[in-house]
Amino acid sequence: MCTYLTSTEKVAGTGLGAQGWFAIEEAVVYFDHPQEALVDHALCIDFRAGSRADPSRRVAVELDAGSARRLAESILATLAHDEVKALGVD
Amino acid sequence: MASDRMEAGTITITSRKGDEIEAYHARPMEVTGYPSVVVIHHMPGYDSSTKEIARRFASRGYGAVVPNLFHRYAPGASSGDAAAAARAAGGVPDAQCLDDVAGAMAFLKAQPGANGKVGVIGYCSGGRQSYLSACNLELDAVVDCYGGGVVATPDQLTPERPVAVIDMTKDLRCPMLGLFGVNDASPSPEHVAKMEEELTKHHKSFEFHSYEGAGHAFFWVERPSYHAEASRDGWHRIWDFYDEHLAG
Repeated sequence: MCTYLTSTEKVAGTGLGAQGWFAIEEAVVYFDHPQEALVDHALCIDFRAGSRADPSRRVAVELDAGSARRLAESILATLAHDEVKALGVD
Repeated sequence: MASDRMEAGTITITSRKGDEIEAYHARPMEVTGYPSVVVIHHMPGYDSSTKEIARRFASRGYGAVVPNLFHRYAPGASSGDAAAAARAAGGVPDAQCLDDVAGAMAFLKAQPGANGKVGVIGYCSGGRQSYLSACNLELDAVVDCYGGGVVATPDQLTPERPVAVIDMTKDLRCPMLGLFGVNDASPSPEHVAKMEEELTKHHKSFEFHSYEGAGHAFFWVERPSYHAEASRDGWHRIWDFYDEHLAG
């Protein structure tokens, strides 16, 4: 199936693309047919430089559903770690 | 023996609204009176596998154009980057899609060797857009390959896609061939049954085939979803259908 289900998060950070590092303004998250991964559907994230930037300024990942879940949990667990909390960041 | 020479490559076409967009054109050479098909690409984009389908049509004696529905979002970008940009922008509006398909139809009809008949075929999201096109444009035959979202609930409607395509069925203007996988979730067998019900209710000419063991995107070669039996039979159905309805 094709899904139109897409969520876009405004984010602040940097990504490493084919032409080097660039500022990332949004992360577009969807679960659909991947371009490259050999699974029927994948959790895809496009880290993009923004809607007005060169479309090739993009870091793309395609993960199978289990990998995506583990990654999400790993990110949250890392941010919840005492050493991170002690830094006083949200 | 008929010539099997063909010409294929990137061109620019003009949409009904006057915008210039990229497109891929494949046509038979040394043949006149040939039928034509607009090929609508899937959500992953205006890619090499869709261009390959256009060449397959040309090898069979059809003119074919694939309009790049994502062109406006990322002119000159790779198909993957353009697909990402289009998705981030909310996807292709139905009205814009119709303008681009109408532009592709006009281009095909204007070709010196064409017989003036034009069909449409689309895969995945393009299957839905084929159904949409056939309800709104003067096409001669439509093939919907597992188009998801034809049956849509009110919460699935958006500013870009404001009307459920199934509700346009009464305006369908040409015969329809539908090819589906029984294991698909969108369109599910229930969605396909609902489409059949609506087409029957409005006395439309249609022919549906649902393949056991096949899921979504069973025509997409080099992917895990490819299903040899469904794809092989599906292509035979497509040739029979278009040969009947698009002959000069």
